[in-house]
Amino acid sequence: MAEATGVLVLGELAGGELASVSQELLAAGRKLADDLGEELTIALLGASVEGASQQAISYGADRVYAVTHPLLEEYQVDLNLAALESLCQETNPNVLLIARTESGRELAPRLAFRLGVGLAQDCLEVSVDPAAKRLLANRPVYGGNAIAVISCDLTPQIAAVRPKVYEPLEPDPSRQGQVVSFPVELESSQARTRIVERVEETSTGIKLEDARVVVSGGRGLGGPEPFAHLEELAKVMGGAVGASRAAVDSGWVPVAYQVGLTGKTITPEIYIMVAISGASQHMAGCSGAKVIVAINKDSEANIFREARYGVVGDWEQIIPAFTAAVRELVQS
Amino acid sequence: MALKIGVLAKQVIDPEMPMAAFRVDSDANKVVTPPNIPPVVNGFDENAVEAALLLKDAQEATITVISSGTEFALDVMKKPLSMGADELILLQDDAFGNTIDSFFTARVLAEAVRKLEGFDLIICGRQASDWDNAQVPLGLAELLGLSCIALCRKVDVSDGKVTAECTTPDGYEVVEADLPALVTVSNELGQPRYPTLRGIMAATRKKPTIWTMSDLGMDSAELEPRVTLRSLFVPETGQDCEYIEGENAADAGRQLALKLREDKLI
Ligand SMILES: Cc1cc2nc3c(=O)[nH]c(=O)nc-3n(C[C@H](O)[C@H](O)[C@H](O)COP(=O)(O)OP(=O)(O)OC[C@H]3O[C@@H](n4cnc5c(N)ncnc54)[C@H](O)[C@@H]3O)c2cc1C
Ligand SMILES: Nc1ncnc2c1ncn2[C@@H]1O[C@H](COP(=O)(O)O)[C@@H](O)[C@H]1O
Repeated sequence: MAEATGVLVLGELAGGELASVSQELLAAGRKLADDLGEELTIALLGASVEGASQQAISYGADRVYAVTHPLLEEYQVDLNLAALESLCQETNPNVLLIARTESGRELAPRLAFRLGVGLAQDCLEVSVDPAAKRLLANRPVYGGNAIAVISCDLTPQIAAVRPKVYEPLEPDPSRQGQVVSFPVELESSQARTRIVERVEETSTGIKLEDARVVVSGGRGLGGPEPFAHLEELAKVMGGAVGASRAAVDSGWVPVAYQVGLTGKTITPEIYIMVAISGASQHMAGCSGAKVIVAINKDSEANIFREARYGVVGDWEQIIPAFTAAVRELVQS
Repeated sequence: MALKIGVLAKQVIDPEMPMAAFRVDSDANKVVTPPNIPPVVNGFDENAVEAALLLKDAQEATITVISSGTEFALDVMKKPLSMGADELILLQDDAFGNTIDSFFTARVLAEAVRKLEGFDLIICGRQASDWDNAQVPLGLAELLGLSCIALCRKVDVSDGKVTAECTTPDGYEVVEADLPALVTVSNELGQPRYPTLRGIMAATRKKPTIWTMSDLGMDSAELEPRVTLRSLFVPETGQDCEYIEGENAADAGRQLALKLREDKLI
């Protein structure tokens, strides 16, 4: 078999457009491809993917594989897996980047196993080892308490990259690239799971992942009612409300509010943490926040080691006064 | 016929240990096992045991817990038995230590699952709190050719089918698959039950089955790692926190607002 070559990004579509995670991944992939002196390609899977192809090129791809089949219209993991498996076998990429999204977190490990290769999971950084010309991946382990640098011993070298750690490149609509159509053979019987129903539980407000301001509450709030204060503050600041796992596990707010290692990754400009101790597993989801503000009655709480601003005290006194003052400042 | 359930559970360093006790030996690329802090059953694997017990509450079922590692704290690993699981299989061999390589671990576990034969459902935790790989169960499903449903918060079995509620970023979805299947569960499943006194007594009497690599009919040549750990370090974090004070707590809240305004953040 010819030597594996090229950096392949698995693209994702959002409403027919190239998803923002894929724009980020193209930025990561562009740098790797340049450092390796190889091509950057992207795989777009769907019933038809025309709209997103040119977008992908403008964000840095040299080539687009339009991997199409009518059965790929709705996302189903087994079918996507089968399609990607044939693409990888056919095109033999050196590096494969997958975003660790709702779908990617399942797809990446299963694809790696199917291809019989290793995977660097949940990477914060991917680079090329200049000596060996191999992929190096930095990833948090032990709940974010340590960073492991990992390399994959076989090809494709697969990395699942955490969303929001790379900034997309400035799109260049005049960039030229090639679109290669790659129709795949699929059978509906390959789909081994069926989605019976999909239920949304979050409010219709600003999405936690996209909010400029996030106000999160933790166990120290003592119950569900205090979250109304946080909702009010978030509203005044034009932001969204999040929570620690302790607050979610207590049933005070829906699961979708959880920030952290096993919750959402957020990168707001201001992250206001109320009565949250700052465990590493929580910080794993918010280390990309520009300014962290901590309100906690325990001056020894770990969060004061991570926050830019801190107020030591009882949230019950601090939050209403803070909210009133912010409202005044916003209106003036 | 009784439902045959396998639960995969890993022994890990207690993730809730004080942060100060967490240490990395950078020369050996290893996390130092903290003295005096006993290991625990990985939290999500206790959720997996609970998911199995909930099924067993409702229908005839047997629960076999399988764990792979180099060394076990028996009293810790017997917890699933005291919660109500039937059987404990420990895959113990000095060669089973490379758990950063999920391929490696999944191969060992797959061999044990094959040897035990006839599982209808395998339940795993979503991830192990040491290496946070979230890969072994998905890999196992691939190696064993099982249908796979990830991140479940509720698992039901009837008529040869598993129906699960899975967490999504905005809510949940209901997914079904034919048995045999593998599911991973998360903390959203709810608090695992506490062992009862009767359960603890029963567990003391039970002996785990211990299998080494050769009992599994494997040799080290089959266990070629797929990833290499190049280095391991504790990241630099922390910054100087500016404490905002006031005449009282409410005033500190107002001062904080002014500070954020000064920084043009609001
Ligand atoms: C594998 C794994 C994954 C995990 N994933 C996540 C995750 O994704 N997200 C997550 O958040 N956690 C996660 N955790 C849990 C994490 O380790 C912590 O247990 C959790 O974040 C603690 O939540 P908390 O800060 O709200 O509660 P606590 O740690 O109990 O802190 C409560 C804080 O409130 C303060 N407080 C109490 N009363 C008041 C008051 N009146 N005014 C002001 N302050 C007050 C206290 O001083 C304390 O600091 C995970 C754990 C594991 C093992
Ligand atoms: N050594 C092991 N023994 C038993 N089960 C394991 C082992 N490693 C991983 N698992 C299972 O796989 C899940 C995910 O682990 P991981 O992929 O390592 O994060 C865990 O929650 C366990 O259910």
